[in-house]
Amino acid sequence: MQIPIETYELDNGLLVVLSEDHTAPLVAVNLWYHVGSANERPGRTGFAHLFEHMLFQGSASVGANEHFELVQRAGGTLNGSTWLDRTNYYETVPSNQLELALWLEANRMGYLLPAMTQQKLDTQRDVVQNERRWSMDNQPYGSWWERLPALCFPPSHPFHHSLIGSMSDLDAASLEDIEQFFTTYYTPDNAVLSIAGDFDRDEAKRLVERHFGPIPRGKGKPPLPDMTLPLSLGGPLREVVPDDVVLPRLFLAFRSPVFGSEEYYAASVCGAILGLKKGSRLHRRLVRERQLAAEAQAFTYDLTKGSDLLVLDVTARPETSSEELERAVHEEVDRLRDDGVTAEEVARAVTLVETELIVALQSAGDRADKLSLFATYFGDASLVNVQGARYRAVTAERVNAFARARLGADNRASLLYVPRETVNASTSRELAEAGAR
Amino acid sequence: MTETAKRENVPAPRPSPTAPRTYRFPHFERMTLPNGLRLVVAPVSKLPLVSVTAVVDAGASTEGEGQNGVAALTAQLLLEGAAGLDGAALTERFERIGTSADAHADWDAATVSLTVLGERLPEALSLVRDLLRAPEFPEREVARLKDERLAELLQLRAEPRALADEHFSRAVYAPSARYAAPAGGDAASVRTLTGELVRRFYAQRYRPATTTLVFAGDVSVERAAGLVIELFDDWRGEPMSPNPRAVDASPPTRLARVVAKTDAPQSEVRVGHVGLPRRHPDYFDATVMNAVLGGLFSSRINLNLREAHGYTYGAFSAFEWRRGAGPFTIQTAVKSDVTGAAVREILHEIERMRSEEIGTDELTLATSYLDGVFPIRYETTAAIATALSNLVIHELPEHFYDEYRMRVRSVTTEGVLRAAQQHLHPDQLRIVVVGDPAVVARPLAEIHGAPVEVVTPEGAEVAA
Repeated sequence: MQIPIETYELDNGLLVVLSEDHTAPLVAVNLWYHVGSANERPGRTGFAHLFEHMLFQGSASVGANEHFELVQRAGGTLNGSTWLDRTNYYETVPSNQLELALWLEANRMGYLLPAMTQQKLDTQRDVVQNERRWSMDNQPYGSWWERLPALCFPPSHPFHHSLIGSMSDLDAASLEDIEQFFTTYYTPDNAVLSIAGDFDRDEAKRLVERHFGPIPRGKGKPPLPDMTLPLSLGGPLREVVPDDVVLPRLFLAFRSPVFGSEEYYAASVCGAILGLKKGSRLHRRLVRERQLAAEAQAFTYDLTKGSDLLVLDVTARPETSSEELERAVHEEVDRLRDDGVTAEEVARAVTLVETELIVALQSAGDRADKLSLFATYFGDASLVNVQGARYRAVTAERVNAFARARLGADNRASLLYVPRETVNASTSRELAEAGAR
Repeated sequence: MTETAKRENVPAPRPSPTAPRTYRFPHFERMTLPNGLRLVVAPVSKLPLVSVTAVVDAGASTEGEGQNGVAALTAQLLLEGAAGLDGAALTERFERIGTSADAHADWDAATVSLTVLGERLPEALSLVRDLLRAPEFPEREVARLKDERLAELLQLRAEPRALADEHFSRAVYAPSARYAAPAGGDAASVRTLTGELVRRFYAQRYRPATTTLVFAGDVSVERAAGLVIELFDDWRGEPMSPNPRAVDASPPTRLARVVAKTDAPQSEVRVGHVGLPRRHPDYFDATVMNAVLGGLFSSRINLNLREAHGYTYGAFSAFEWRRGAGPFTIQTAVKSDVTGAAVREILHEIERMRSEEIGTDELTLATSYLDGVFPIRYETTAAIATALSNLVIHELPEHFYDEYRMRVRSVTTEGVLRAAQQHLHPDQLRIVVVGDPAVVARPLAEIHGAPVEVVTPEGAEVAA
């Protein structure tokens, strides 16, 4: 699967990626800013995400609730999201509305600050604090979002702290923070603009130049602290969390090769062998055969600096104790590391991943997002066209080499959720030990 | 902050759209085999992918009395043993060709669906044939999937959103109505299910005449039809007619119920009542009315609760479209101490919707959104297959998708007012809140004008 890709740069440093597809009269506009929670300063956890909300509150030529309204009135869909190392904003619109989408994005990249008010900030702070309650505080297991990175990255590391932020840090965010963050990070030379779908190439280039060309380059952003980490967690690490849950659930994380590296693909295939779909080892062994688990899956964070994380996520059946669950998952990891994987297992995983890669290119929005991803992280959007080949190049030997190097006891971090009422003396002790670490 | 903008340039003026390009929902063709099996094929050649959905008229609403959950269990068990292969072997066959089959039953249908590379379609379809025609329902897997459903139900006890949905259904429908209980059954009904009940349900409902195979993607009508004839032409068997189950609403009075979750930082709120069946003649008026009230991000309820008050991360309303009258629900999650205020705003928005015509601007926002977003909804082969499945399930007019945008654009402010007055019932609202009774019971009682019921997550009444 190859999709057409053209990349060029404006004088102000904005990287532009174009990918034409005329099957339907719609077009996706997608902007990645190379800033995320990792760039937050101490005492301002959650700010990158709060700032993302503020970008929907209007700009010099756009009223308070107008951004959403203009796109929806045009018949488009839109949203944005914040991650550890990037923030994205995107809309898919009927192709005759391409200029509206570009104009909206350019207006907030170039002229956001005149629209910022204390009242808007206060309201979005409330909204975000409710988002935190909804996604974490009032949700079983919800705190894993901030506990797992906190367990796997040392306190000084930019990936350690909470993405959604603490209530008190959110309370502290001010309009001065908005101005500073905007001026530092929301500049054309810190962004990638991708356009995918039904557009005319020359016309799109003209519109991009017209709307984004006049926006001046930034003054550069402060470098992140050294992200380098030892290959191993130096563990095993373990944290037991009593929570309002009925079933124990284990997140078992390993530091793993960064996204984009040759060895990332072996790690990703290893994760798929362990936890992608029902034919994976964890599902077959723990859910189907031994019936110890209700669900099992694996995923990677896809981080490009410092270290990636490979995570196994397994929920117990009601009759399985947290100790049994934990033992059973470790046994599967040990077995894979000691005995290795077969070529058939690699083939199953790679074939499934390849289909998923193609399925993910069906919609213009997903396509544009992938282009922005590769352009932002590696400066090369065309890498989207070689992902299948990189997965196909993975062999059982490479997966086994990864497993030997990275799945040992010293590189395992367990985040174990247990029902609050069954916390007995022994888990309390473990908790105290985890807390003391 | 200073008034000086960061940049000194002047932004370009707001652009106007260029001429729109036309769009047609993918062309599709239908066929019926002599045994009654139907076929719908939409060739779409963009990527080398095909989505297949087998739609069987074997949803939860066709279950017999006392068998709640048998439809879902039967559908899931299709994947756990068929034509001499056990569940692990079937899984492996699918995954080796880069796909996995999803089998489940909701209210109106059981579906088996997958997306696969076009070149792998024959193998995938042959496996689908095995699942549909020769499932084995091994006792061990019956027991395991029942246990997994029971584990899931236990899990939901601790999940405020799921708990709110479940208690809301119980508040909206009479206890005898099938819609009062979850589609997958509750713990009591699931425990009574047996392999024998599953086999009997399968024998009654999974037959050629109750089955439609939908294809969307990189496949021609001829190729799809050829494969289907080869694999399904000799399938025999007549379905037995289902027992129609009641969809009775609970008594048409207001109700306010708190499901106790002590110390909850947030309240999960559900407000609504019985809605409309999918084939109601007011479908388009009701859809646009709902978009203005709470269907869009820029809807009245979301702008009020989120953008004006900051009570919530989001607030939405929806008609759940089923063959029978599904629920109409307004849902949100709000900080505990503003629960009363948020419910008051919701009631106010319902009243406002019924008492005066919406503005032309609001109407065109909703209609131009629903009109414009239509092609964006059908970008993937799976989405097209789902749309065609709905055509089958609800027996919609052949040109439903061709006419959809025109019908949306024809809705008027008068039509929206009429839909609000006829299909929103303030005097019948069921208000269900999963939250801390100590914080929310009193303000809710004030709004309700009477004491509120307080129940445990299991449904037992507790003293307020």
